[in-house]
Order: sequence, then C-alpha cells, then structure tokens
Amino acid sequence: MAVPEKGRNHLNRYRLKVLWNFSKGSRWLYVISLMIAFSTTAISFIWPKVLSFIMDSVLGGAPMAAPAWVINWINRYGGPSFLASNLWICALLLIFFNGLNSLLSYFRSRFTATAAESIALRMREALYGRLQRLPYDYHVKAETGDLIQRCTTDVETVRRFISNELVEMFRIVAMFILAAVLLWQIHPMMTLLTLLLMPSLVIFSAIHLKKIDRQFSITEQADGHLSTVMQENFTGVRVVRAFGREAFEEEKFSTANDDFRAQGVKLNRLFAYLWSINDVLAAIPTLIVIVLGVSFAANGQLSLGEFLVFVSYQGMMMWPIRSLGRMLGNMSKTMIAIGRINDILIQKEETSGENPQKPDLTGEIVFDNVTFSYDEKPVLENISFTIHPGETVAILGSTGSGKSSLVSLLQRLYDYQKGHITISGVELTHIDKDHLRSRVGIVLQEPFLYSRSILDNIGITQDVRDEEAIYEAARVAAVHDVITSFDQGYDTVVGERGVTLSGGQKQRVAIARTILRENDILIFDDSLSAVDTQTDAAIRKALAQRRKGITTIIISHRISTLMEADRILVLEQGRITEQGTHEELIAQPGLYRKIWDIQNAVEQEETAAGEGA
Amino acid sequence: MSYFQEEEYKDQKVNFGTWRTIFRYAMGYKRHIITLMSAMIVSGVVDVALPMLNSYAIDNFIGKQQTAGLWVFAIIYFIFQMSSAGCVFLFCDQAGRVETGMSHDIRKDAFKKLQELSFSYYDKTPVGYIMARMTSDAQRLADTIAWSLVDLTWGFVFMLGALIGMFIVQWQLALVMLAVLPPIAVVSVYFQKKMLRSYREVRKANSRITGAFNEGIMGARTTKTLVRERKNAQEFSVLTGSMKEHSIKAAIFSAIYWPIVGTLGSFATAGVLWLGGVQVQCMGLSLGQLSYFLTLSGYFFEPIMNMARIFSDLQSSQAAAERVINLVNSMPEITDTPAVIAKYGDVFTPHRDQWEALRGDITFENVTFRYTGGEKVLDTFNLSVRAGETIALVGETGSGKSTIVNLICRFYEPTSGRILIDGIDYKERSQLWLHSNLGYVLQSPQLFSGTIRENIRYGDLSATDAQVEEAAKLVGAHGFISRLEKGYDTDVGEGGGRLSTGEKQLISFARAILGRPSIFVLDEATSSIDTETEQHIQHAIEKILEGRTSFIVAHRLSTIRNADRILVIDHGKVIESGSHRELMELRGHYYELYTNQFRDERENAVLSGVAIPQ
Repeated sequence: MAVPEKGRNHLNRYRLKVLWNFSKGSRWLYVISLMIAFSTTAISFIWPKVLSFIMDSVLGGAPMAAPAWVINWINRYGGPSFLASNLWICALLLIFFNGLNSLLSYFRSRFTATAAESIALRMREALYGRLQRLPYDYHVKAETGDLIQRCTTDVETVRRFISNELVEMFRIVAMFILAAVLLWQIHPMMTLLTLLLMPSLVIFSAIHLKKIDRQFSITEQADGHLSTVMQENFTGVRVVRAFGREAFEEEKFSTANDDFRAQGVKLNRLFAYLWSINDVLAAIPTLIVIVLGVSFAANGQLSLGEFLVFVSYQGMMMWPIRSLGRMLGNMSKTMIAIGRINDILIQKEETSGENPQKPDLTGEIVFDNVTFSYDEKPVLENISFTIHPGETVAILGSTGSGKSSLVSLLQRLYDYQKGHITISGVELTHIDKDHLRSRVGIVLQEPFLYSRSILDNIGITQDVRDEEAIYEAARVAAVHDVITSFDQGYDTVVGERGVTLSGGQKQRVAIARTILRENDILIFDDSLSAVDTQTDAAIRKALAQRRKGITTIIISHRISTLMEADRILVLEQGRITEQGTHEELIAQPGLYRKIWDIQNAVEQEETAAGEGA
Repeated sequence: MSYFQEEEYKDQKVNFGTWRTIFRYAMGYKRHIITLMSAMIVSGVVDVALPMLNSYAIDNFIGKQQTAGLWVFAIIYFIFQMSSAGCVFLFCDQAGRVETGMSHDIRKDAFKKLQELSFSYYDKTPVGYIMARMTSDAQRLADTIAWSLVDLTWGFVFMLGALIGMFIVQWQLALVMLAVLPPIAVVSVYFQKKMLRSYREVRKANSRITGAFNEGIMGARTTKTLVRERKNAQEFSVLTGSMKEHSIKAAIFSAIYWPIVGTLGSFATAGVLWLGGVQVQCMGLSLGQLSYFLTLSGYFFEPIMNMARIFSDLQSSQAAAERVINLVNSMPEITDTPAVIAKYGDVFTPHRDQWEALRGDITFENVTFRYTGGEKVLDTFNLSVRAGETIALVGETGSGKSTIVNLICRFYEPTSGRILIDGIDYKERSQLWLHSNLGYVLQSPQLFSGTIRENIRYGDLSATDAQVEEAAKLVGAHGFISRLEKGYDTDVGEGGGRLSTGEKQLISFARAILGRPSIFVLDEATSSIDTETEQHIQHAIEKILEGRTSFIVAHRLSTIRNADRILVIDHGKVIESGSHRELMELRGHYYELYTNQFRDERENAVLSGVAIPQ
C-alpha cells in the first residue's frame, strides 16, 4: 500500500483489479461462459472430422480412419456400408451437433449478457452514489460535461468489451491453438506454411487500426468544427442577418462541410484498405492450402476427407484471428475507460467526523472568531456574533464579502478552519451532517429544480405525499396562483424536458420546497432577488406568520427586507463592519446608511445629476 | 449543457414523395452508385463461384488423381480471390463516398434554406431541433441508403447466383435448400422486429440514465442542502435496474435468434447430406458437387437473415428523411419580390452598384403587428424619426419595444401598414440593402469562433487590419485587446466563451461600427458589469451614436438621458414621449422606471465597492 491510489490509477494492473472487484457476484457466470465457449469450440472441430469420415469411408469406400473405439462401435452395428444405406443417421448426427452447439451458445450469450449488465449496473450505481456523497466543494469545481461523459460513455465502453469480447478473446486463442494442433496432425508442412502467414494479419490490422484511430479523431474534430459553425450560425442568426452575412456564413459552412466530407471519405478509404488488405492477406494462405492440399490429395498423400478437414480448420483459424487486432485495441480503450471511471471512485466522500451528534437545533447560534478560506486567502475573518432562538437576522454584504460562504457553513457544506460555531451549545463540526441539513433549511439564490413535476419538486422531501401541505407551502411562497395558471397545473414538468420557469418562479418554488419540511433554522441566500418588491413583501409576511419561533437568516440588499429584521449584520470583505437594528445603523455612516440613502434620496440626487449632465 | 430529446422512430407507411427526393439526392452520386453496385455484383458472383471451383478441384484433381492444369486452376482461383478483395475495397470506398456525399448535400441545401428562413421560424424552433436535423438525421439517412444498397445488391445477386448454380448442378438438392428458406425468413422477421423494439427500449432507458446523471451532477449542491442523496440513489437504482432488465432482454432475443437460424440452416445441410449421399451412391452425383452444396448451405441464408434489419433501417431512415426534407422545403415568410431581386440582387449575388445610399429617415405608418397565431403586439403604430436622431425605447418586458426593433431590422414585417426608409417602403428594397446599412448590437453579445480580428471584421469583410484596429480604438476595446498575449489574433473560443461579457460587448461594438452603418440598433445589456468596463461601454456607445439614426432598447441611465427622444412603450403603444427633462417633469411611468433603475444602479455600485459616480 506504499503507492497512494491516485498514483496507481494509471497502471493497467491496478485497473484490472478495479474491474475484478466490480465483477464480484458475476464471476461464476464468466467461468461457465468460458467453459461453454471452450466446449462449443471443441464441438465445432468434431463436425469436419465426421464429414471427412463420411466422405472417405461411407461414401468413398476407403478404410475407416477414426479412433479405435469409434471403429469398433461402427463395426458392431454393421460397418460403413450400414451407414451408407442409412445416411439419415449421419444427417441426424449433424442436426444433433448443431442443436447442441446452438443450445450451448444460447446459454453463453445469456450468461455473459447477464454478467456484463450486472457489472455495468454496479459501476453506474457506484458512480452515482459516489457523486452524491462527494463534498459540496467537489461539485462547485466539477466540469459537468466531463463527469457525465465518464458516467455514460466510459461505462458503455467497458460494458461492450466485457459483454462480448472478453470471453471471445479467450475463445479465439483456444481455437487457434486447437486448430494449429489438429492441422499439425494432418499435415505439418502445410500447417507451418499457413501459420507463418498468420502474424502478418494480426500485425497489419493492429498497425492499420492505429491509423484508423488517428483519422477517426481527425474526422471527429471536423465534425465538431462543422457543428460549431452550424450552432453559432443558428444561435447567432440575428447577427448574421443584421450584418447581411448570409453569403459569408454559407461559405464558412461550405468549407467546414466539405472538410468533414473529405475526412469522412478518407476514413472510409482507410477502412476499405483494412478490409481488402485483410482479405488479400487471408487469401494467400487459403490459396496455398487449397493448391497444395489438392496436389497432395491428388497423389494420395491426403484423403479427400482430410483435405476438406484441413480447409475448414484453416478457415476456422483464419476468420477469428482477423478480429483479434480490433479486440486488443478495444481492450486498451477499456483500460483507459476504467481509469477514468476510477478517477471519480477514488475521490474522498464527505463524512460527519467521528461520533457525530444529533442535538436539538432550536437553541442559540454562536459564531466565535470564525475564519474560513477556500484556498489560502481567507473569505471570512474573525467573525463573531450570536443569534438568539427565534430571531430574524438579515445580512447585507458587498459583492464577494463572503455572505454566501457564511451561511453555507451553517449547513456544513464547508467546514471552517479557525474559531468555533455552536448551535445549542454543540460545536458544528460534531453534528451529524444529515441531521444538520435536514433541520437547517437553505434556499440558494440560483436553486436547482429537478426535472419532474412541480408537485414532486415541492414535495421532494416528503416521504408520504401530502398534497394539501404542498399547496399551502406554495401559497406561502406566492407561487400557487402561478402554478395553477399553467395548463397542467402542479403536474407541469419543469427543467430540460418541460417548461422553463423564470428566475423568480424558480426561487419561489425552491422556497416552497424548503419551508414544506420542518426547519429549526431557515436561511434565504438572496433567494428573493428575482422576485418583484411587492411579491417579496407578501412572501415575507406569509412566512412570518408561518415560521413563528424559527430562527431565520436572510441575505438581501433590499432595504425593505432588511429593515424588518430584528438585527442586521453588514459584511464587507470577510469582516463584520456593522451590526444592529435598522434604527441604529441608519444613525451611523457606513454601507447600510449609503444603501438607505440611495433608496430614499433618489429624487434630490437625480435632480443634481440631471443638472450636471 | 443541454441534451436534446430525440424523437423515437415508429413503424410507418412508405412515403413515395420522400423517396423521390432521396432518389434525387442519390442521383448526384450516380457514378459511385454504379461502381458500387457493379462491385457488389462481381462480389456476389465470386462468392457463388469459389465453392464451384472447390468442387471442380475435388472432382477433377483429387477424384481423378492427377494434377495436370493445377497451375491454371491456382491462377484462376487467385484471380477470383483478388477480385473479391478488390470489390471489398471498391464497395467500402464507394459506399463511403455516397454516404458522406449525400449527407453533405442535404446539409448544404438545408443550411442554405436556413439562411433564408424568417425569424418566425427561429422563434418557434429550438436550435437543438435544427441541429438534430442537420447532424443525426442527415447522417442516418445517407448512412442507411448507402449501406442498404450494398447489402441488398449483394444479397440479391448472391442468392440468385447460388440458386441458378444449385439448380444447374442438382435440382432436387436445390429444392431441399429452398425448403428451409421460408421458415428462416419468418423467424428472422419475427426476431429482428423483437430485437429492434427491445433495443429501442434500451436506448430509451439509456437516455433516462444520462438524464439522471446530468441531474445528479448539476443538482448535487441542491441535493445536499435537501439531504436527498440516499433517495436519489434509490431512484437511480430503479433506472439502472430497468436498464439492466431491458438490456438482458434484448441480449436474450439475439441469443435465441442466432442459434435458431443456425439450427434451421443445419436442417438444410442435413437434408443435402442425406439426399446427396444417396445420390452419390446410385445416381452419379460427384463428391465435389456434394461438397458444393454442403459449403453453400453454410451461408446461403445470410441475405435473408439481414433482410428484416435492412427494411426496418430503411423505414427509420424514411422518418429521418421526412424531417430533413421538411426543413429543406420550408418557405421563408419574408422574401424580396422578384422585381426587387432583379434590381438589387439576392443575398448570395447582390447587385451593389444598384444600391441607393441610406440616409436614415424612418417612418412607421399605421403599423399593426401580430406574431403568427398571437395577439396584436402593435396596433396602428405611428412614428417618425429623422436621420441622425437617437431614440430610446423603455418599457416593461413584453411591452412591444423589441418588436419595434425587430420590425425596423425587417426581421419581421408589419402585418398591416408600412415602414418607410428615406420615404420609400422598405419592401421595395432588398433585405440585404437594409442589413448592409445596419449596425446591430445584441443584449447578449454573440461572437463567432475565431480570432478577435475576424470577429470585428465581420462588420465589413473588406476592412484592412488598420481599419479593424481603428474601430477597436474608437470604442475603447483596443486597450484590453493589446494587453492580451496574442492581441488581435487571440482566439475567442466557441461563441466567444473565453472573453468576459464586457469584452464581448466591446468587440461587438467595434464590429458594428466597422461597417459604418446609417442605422444603429442597440439592445442594451441588463446585467451589471464591472464599473470600469461600464465606463468603456458608455464611451463606446456615445461614439457609435454620433450622426446615426439610432434605436436603443435602453437600460442604462446615461444612455436614456442622452437620447434625443425617449419613448415609453406599454402594450404596444407610446404612452409617454419626449426628452428626459420633459418626462421627469411629467412624473409618470418614465419617472417611476427611471428612479427604480437609478436605485438599482447606485446600489450595485455601492455593493461592488466603488464610489458613487457623481
């Protein structure tokens, strides 16, 4: 365990181990599939032998060439002449072999599919679960597109490889060895000749596939470029028209479109070379086997049956080997995909610390000399204040003053570095995160709504659906009437697949969602910024009636909102610069007073400015 | 990132009109298609002929125990092999050309049409929808046509050739093979349909999972604040569970299908072996001929197995084709009349020498406007603007101020009434004439991938580098541009994504001013930007407005104050009009709007830590 996990993640050995761990529970399915694969391979080698026997001994009248027990057994039932007059037995035997192989391959496909899908399921669930439990900070910094790619495309790459190619690779190797051994028994010299030409097939496809890969990414780039040109043209259609640049755009598009076509043609041509050269490379050993085989058979060195066996074995060896190059390529892609998936899985999940407590959270909130920073520069410095139970505290802060950071500490979305925060006397870092977050409700400024119905969105924290409570919460958030005015009312689906709500509507739905559950502390992080002043006031009034006794923290810069609070904190550059009631703060110079002046003295200032202009 | 929900392809009737259009596109590649089909015919013939050669070798050399002529045989065999490989190269290459070429041509026509379509089309149609038509639909259509042609030609030639060959050699054995054909066809059609349907289910489940991941990641922060991690994971489990179920079901269908056709095929082989064996013994069938049948029975049925898949592919490509072709056939709502095109030229071949200079007098004469199927936005609206005047439009969202601007730009045309430019109805001149004289800056500045220089030059394609820089200097963008490492050659990224909003705004000003427009339209940004940039932009606007007829959907106080005339728009009507002074004294709507705006601007200034500008 000397090498940390992150360092080892690029090692294929380590990645294989990751895959091995995921295969837990499906391993025996793979074992059975492998065994079936080997036995079907063995069976497929028997039939050409039987055919050869029929050709030579039953129809051709030559002495029987078969294992002694087979000869004895046939002789006991009347010998080859009996078979010759009862050929239906051979026909039945053929159907039997085929039927047996079919049955076995059915089970093999079924087992590998089950195993691969189970592994894919485990991977998806592990990824999703891990992403849910990663710290807040990870998601603030994460690149959504890249993560989704890893969770979908990369999992699919792995799934595809383990569902078909993994077992197939082993089978091909087994088949190749078996064919080589059996061919050797028939004619060593011809076997050697064909074997010598085999590596060229594998090497050629391996090299050529690399070329194809390169051309593939060039083509994808051309495709991406074309998409960008189109996308920009369609989204920028106003600019294009306003400048009369249709002809210019058309030319730009044509260049990209022509280039994409040219790259596509090139890619196709590479494939054309791959398949045709592969065919040529495979044709030569086939030709050698046929010509030499025919001449050996013609001068009696081989029987007709043996010749046929040789030709079909050689074919059985040749066809799968052609796909080995591709499979090896896919295997290395799979290894890379596993590495990318594991990048997510090795991230540390957030924890509540040792022996997390679940105290009552209705008590006092005390900030004592709290200092917090994301990296080096402190965002909050030596913050101290106390909020009494049931109090409403408003926070006014300049841009980048750290007000959002301050409230996110209360949900333990981040942990502070210095000082103490206590709720009901318990240090915040000792409180269970889930407990804390389910009792401290926070409404973010840009809330996320899930793409499901509005009813489900508001009631998302309910275990048992209580529609009346949902309507009530929506009424308090002044969004009930808006929702009922939609065609589908509360069943309206929001988000990507449904209706787009305005910023203010989203904020109100988010408020309804948060106040629906029972909260000890409620935090509004500038979450009424997109709502007009009157609605804002109506919501606050309704809230005040509802939340009796709940400690509330409101971030806002609307004076009308701030002045109704029991107390106001003014935050500037990570420090509390003013603290007090509305009356106290307007009596002293400072940020609060400035904002207050602006909102009251518009008229006078305006006249002055107007004269100056 | 937005995911566009792709429509599902359903089984449907044959649409001959669509196929005629597809045929027309295919005919552009007549030569390639002929080459491709010839290659497939040769390939089909070779595939029938090679087993015949084997059977000849068995009877002629092995049967007669002699090798005279083996060299000739080897050479012929080799030629056959090589022509087969040659055909593989040809069909792969040619089908690729047909595929990429057809999708190229469809895209080209559709793009050209999209340059002509009116704004009403873009207002109704999400960009994602258009993109899906231009990419996946065009691709799917061309892909299916090209490769189905390959499969169908080969399948037809091979089966026909094999049948002829078999009947010539031994008709009874040929009949045995034919007897297995119907059950294989029935089983294939049945299972292929089932498999397709279950793969569709898998795709659906897959897109739901992608959606869930997207939501799980985008909404992760909200999920934490609501403590919903566990519930989300449970819901996700249901999705992956159904994905697994559907995938296994689809896999099982194919796990059943292939063994069944394999077994059915072995009935043919067994029949041939039995009947053929008897004939070898007493009716003079040669061993070579018997082995010919045995070999063919291995892959005679392949084309039939593929048939069901090919037809359902063609069916779904018809659906794709219908949507793309609809796009190509859409009619633009705003067009220049033939007389106008004859005089002024169209967008692709303008007759610039015929264009009159544009002074900039603009008159709305009883203009009524409604969006298709919507209510009246403007009702007998009248307005007269002298060349060089600056008009500020203020009003609530949805008041009609953007519509007025859209009408001036001729992005829309009046439902009734006329708009006169320099005294002449603007429909009597070409759209390009107006647009070439128009400067236009959007609220959210839209840049294109490329360098800063290329983006500014968009305003006048013939401008020299010096002129580009001059325009940038004029709007005060030169400073920040020259501070960039690569200066004017800095790549702005997709949609200008590497620049800040303020920087993009300045570049879009430079772009607009470069074309020396007579009319200027500006939709001001509502979002606040930092004060320094704000001042730059203010300066830029002042420069731009000088001597031009300007319409500004105004949000900034300074812009509003400096306008020659301010129009307060409400429900498509001008409710107040006059200079800033006049309107302030009126104490009406404008007064209220203005004071609100004033408060917001001051507040933002204070909260971002900047001294109040006096």
